[in-house]
Amino acid sequence: MSEEMGLEMEQDLERECALENPVLPYLRQDRIPHIWCPGCGIGTTVNCFARALTESGMNMDDIAIVSGIGCTGRVAGYLNLDSFHTTHGRAIPFATGLKLANPHMKVVVYSGDGDLSAIGGNHLLHAARRNMDLMVVCVNNFTYGMTGGQVAPTTPTGPTQTTMPYGNFESSFNLPALASACGAVYVARWTVYHVRQLAKAMREGLQKKGFVFIEALSPCPTLYSRRNRLGDGVDQVKYYKERSIVKNGADTKDVGLTYQGDIVVGKFVDRERPTWMDSMNEHFTKVLGNKFTPYGVENGQD
Amino acid sequence: MSGDEPKKGKGTVFVRAEVCKGCSYCIDFCPTHSLEFSREFNAKGYHYPTLARPEDCTGCDLCGLYCPDFAIYGVRWKDIEEKRQKAAQVAKASE
Repeated sequence: MSEEMGLEMEQDLERECALENPVLPYLRQDRIPHIWCPGCGIGTTVNCFARALTESGMNMDDIAIVSGIGCTGRVAGYLNLDSFHTTHGRAIPFATGLKLANPHMKVVVYSGDGDLSAIGGNHLLHAARRNMDLMVVCVNNFTYGMTGGQVAPTTPTGPTQTTMPYGNFESSFNLPALASACGAVYVARWTVYHVRQLAKAMREGLQKKGFVFIEALSPCPTLYSRRNRLGDGVDQVKYYKERSIVKNGADTKDVGLTYQGDIVVGKFVDRERPTWMDSMNEHFTKVLGNKFTPYGVENGQD
Repeated sequence: MSGDEPKKGKGTVFVRAEVCKGCSYCIDFCPTHSLEFSREFNAKGYHYPTLARPEDCTGCDLCGLYCPDFAIYGVRWKDIEEKRQKAAQVAKASE
């Protein structure tokens, strides 16, 4: 029996039993196939996010997704949620506004490392400092994928990039340490190899109140791997598999990344702090007394 | 899935060959190594995965969780039978 005949029989069975891929209800199917390269891990993180949405049992109308510019910025366009594709680096300010105007909504920022930590670096710091009730998923591929492989703040010392033809000599950001030092209440790092753990972290992030920061390491086969002769996307994921060390609760100061070195993954921080809106309500209630009506509480702020 | 063969595992996979980009995530990370590249190409010239060893497939859907192109997913035969009965009931009720 030829493989094409096999595919036809599969489709018949699928139609007969009304089966479909569990991710499809969350996607704008007219936009699929997507633009991501073969071997890129962003699609895998979208799968994990879709599983997290299913498992969290949240109402899809209460979730909004905001992205900036870049390869990962495309996620907002592919997900069938209330989505917002904003200007470069400004995903967190837009998301903050969205959250303050609609306190009952869960707002997810889904963007890349360049967008969140370079162009929008300041916004990341201050949203974490204020403990704004957002979930930030940062897909880190160590480079600027969409614009041609320039050095990003997350590029480790060593690899060659378009703007560093003799190898990068700058030090890189340790994003979990940055987020944790600024006051994020939930900080985790997983790779696209750790799909189940990533989906679980996203589910916990959706249910957590406060600033949640999840870093997902993903291969960039076209720019980062090819320029440094690291093989295909799948070779990078195998490297994640071999060199990852799971250390839940590790000190975020010790989880910095080196070029093709060990990767410490896990849930690093999970703590409680009053969110920006809670602090505001508490403060004004104390100062103004009955003249102040607490904001966002009667709408069922989560 | 390869049809009427007597050997049947606990589950099977469904592939949308036309959106596959041949990244081999599903093939390399299948826990039972039951997938392989097809010999045929899809319209864009990529080899898509096929279930080469259907008796080993458990329908765990890890391939579906890994696939960055939403082109494959796995189901257990048990769940397929349930869905089949449900679909038949729906069809009967609408008649």
